[in-house]
Amino acid sequence: MNIKQAFLLAIKSLLSSKMRSFLTMLGIIIGIAAVIILVSLMNGLSKSILDSFEDMGTNLISVEVMGRGSNRSVTFTEMQALMAENPELISGVSPNVSVGVKVKKDTESLTANCIGINEDYYDIKNVKMASGRFINYLDVARRQKVCILGAYEVTKLFGGIDPLGEEVKINGDSYTVIGTLTEKADAEEGSADDTVIIPYTLATRLSGNGTISSYYISASSKDTVNQASALVKAKLYQAFQSEDYYMVMSSGEIIEEINEMMGIMGTVLIGIAGISLLVGGIGIMNIMLVSVSERVREIGIRKSLGGRRKDILGQFIIEAATTSIIGGIIGIILGVILSYGAGKLIDLTAVPSVTAIIVAVSVSAAIGIVFGYLPASKAAKMYPIEALREN
Amino acid sequence: MIKLKDIYKIYQTGEDFVHALDGIDLHIDEGEFVSVIGASGSGKSTCMNIIGCLDVPTSGSYFLNGSDVSTLSDDELAMIRNRTLGFIFQQYNLISKLTVLENVELPLIYRGVQPKERVRMSMEALERVGLEGRSNNMPSQLSGGQQQRVSIARALAGKPKVILADEPTGALDSKTGMEVLALIKELHKEGNTIVLITHDNSIALHAQRIVRLSDGKIIEDKPVIDRQVQ
Repeated sequence: MNIKQAFLLAIKSLLSSKMRSFLTMLGIIIGIAAVIILVSLMNGLSKSILDSFEDMGTNLISVEVMGRGSNRSVTFTEMQALMAENPELISGVSPNVSVGVKVKKDTESLTANCIGINEDYYDIKNVKMASGRFINYLDVARRQKVCILGAYEVTKLFGGIDPLGEEVKINGDSYTVIGTLTEKADAEEGSADDTVIIPYTLATRLSGNGTISSYYISASSKDTVNQASALVKAKLYQAFQSEDYYMVMSSGEIIEEINEMMGIMGTVLIGIAGISLLVGGIGIMNIMLVSVSERVREIGIRKSLGGRRKDILGQFIIEAATTSIIGGIIGIILGVILSYGAGKLIDLTAVPSVTAIIVAVSVSAAIGIVFGYLPASKAAKMYPIEALREN
Repeated sequence: MIKLKDIYKIYQTGEDFVHALDGIDLHIDEGEFVSVIGASGSGKSTCMNIIGCLDVPTSGSYFLNGSDVSTLSDDELAMIRNRTLGFIFQQYNLISKLTVLENVELPLIYRGVQPKERVRMSMEALERVGLEGRSNNMPSQLSGGQQQRVSIARALAGKPKVILADEPTGALDSKTGMEVLALIKELHKEGNTIVLITHDNSIALHAQRIVRLSDGKIIEDKPVIDRQVQ
């Protein structure tokens, strides 16, 4: 009996018991689809997080100085000097003074996170303006009371109408709105759109302590980020003589950290996917066991007519393999479609993984074939008369 | 053709040993039509299973067509069942999800006959039993007598030398039983060796020779001299 005939026999046998074939396939379909969906969404999530970090600029280095209580510190002037000495590595430095403020326009008021920066911030953070201009050198030097509003503030205080030239009160002082930021996150409260930008020279006053403890630095290019970051670290170490009093993070390091985090999440998800694959596999196993044991009599008939052990086994293995392959293909299609569907639903671009598909399909195919093989092998070993007596 | 020598088949049930066959010696020549008769429990089915290589004896030797069956492997036995033996079972033993034609084809598939030739041989066998028009039916669409004829077609499709019939009329009414019996007798006339197992005297009388079993022993072995007289 050749393979082609065996394959045709298998198809025939599957068609003649559609319900059983379907149930077997269901286990495979669910197992494979679940794995594909989980991994696709996971990949999509990690890609979207990385993308948004890359949007912020891959040249970015952020510096946080905790200080050690003494007067030893690194001033903005020293940072600027560092840039002046290494123009090939560092292309911009901006202080980052963060302070919570109350913003008021007529009777509308809200609390917002206000950041004080200088003109370099525009390039460092790749700022996108919806209207107006960014803060310039003169605004900073002369402590001009100007501000740039995020989309949430524009919506909340001005009802979405372009507020260029209008005045707002920030902690009681009047500021002129000179620009607005492009909406990034549906203008929601607490999101990236909920921000007010002012010259850092004013922000240090609002914060009540005159010191600057955080900087954004941009490396001259993506390739010099690590060098620039090392340079900044060296400078800070010189000042503090210990790594405990400051933190330097380059976007490369952040991305690495995210990747690491995603790796851990990925492992957890693979565990979950593995469980669903296992559950699917147990489904396949049960149906296979039942299917073979209810066919012992058929095996007996086939043996009595001259079917050899390998003929019988071949038939069952090919049946199991056919079921697994068909179920696997349906599972892949369903998994990919559902991944994109679910991705749409939660606003994420699903990224199906070929590795996940291959692993999922081979595991369920292996389970299907092994558990088709074992009971069939047992039945094929019986004397024909024993098998014929079974009901 | 068939030569059983000192065959024992002993089953163990708990502490007890049941001698289903208790030292059987039996010779059947090529072209003979033999009935094996006995009450239920006499060992006649066990005897047929051993002749049919469906089961192996506990001890004793069995020569079929000159070769010592007891020394053969599982696959070699399958080959013998496939080429030398044709079975007709009381319960037909058709595979319910295959069509009539596919059922008849099965032994030919296992023999490795090419599809075209296979269909030709199967159709020929179905014509012999008068069911060529039902080849695409499922067994469940046929009457009991028709199903038994399908199983006869299956048994003779591969042109085996020996046909073993285990109570072939047992599940049929007497009229269709007679038709089936007539068919078997025809096969005998064409030169097949036939072993018919039955508990029914009147059916056994259709054979040339009757072997009577009781408690696993042959108690009588005589030719049927003249049916009309008996």
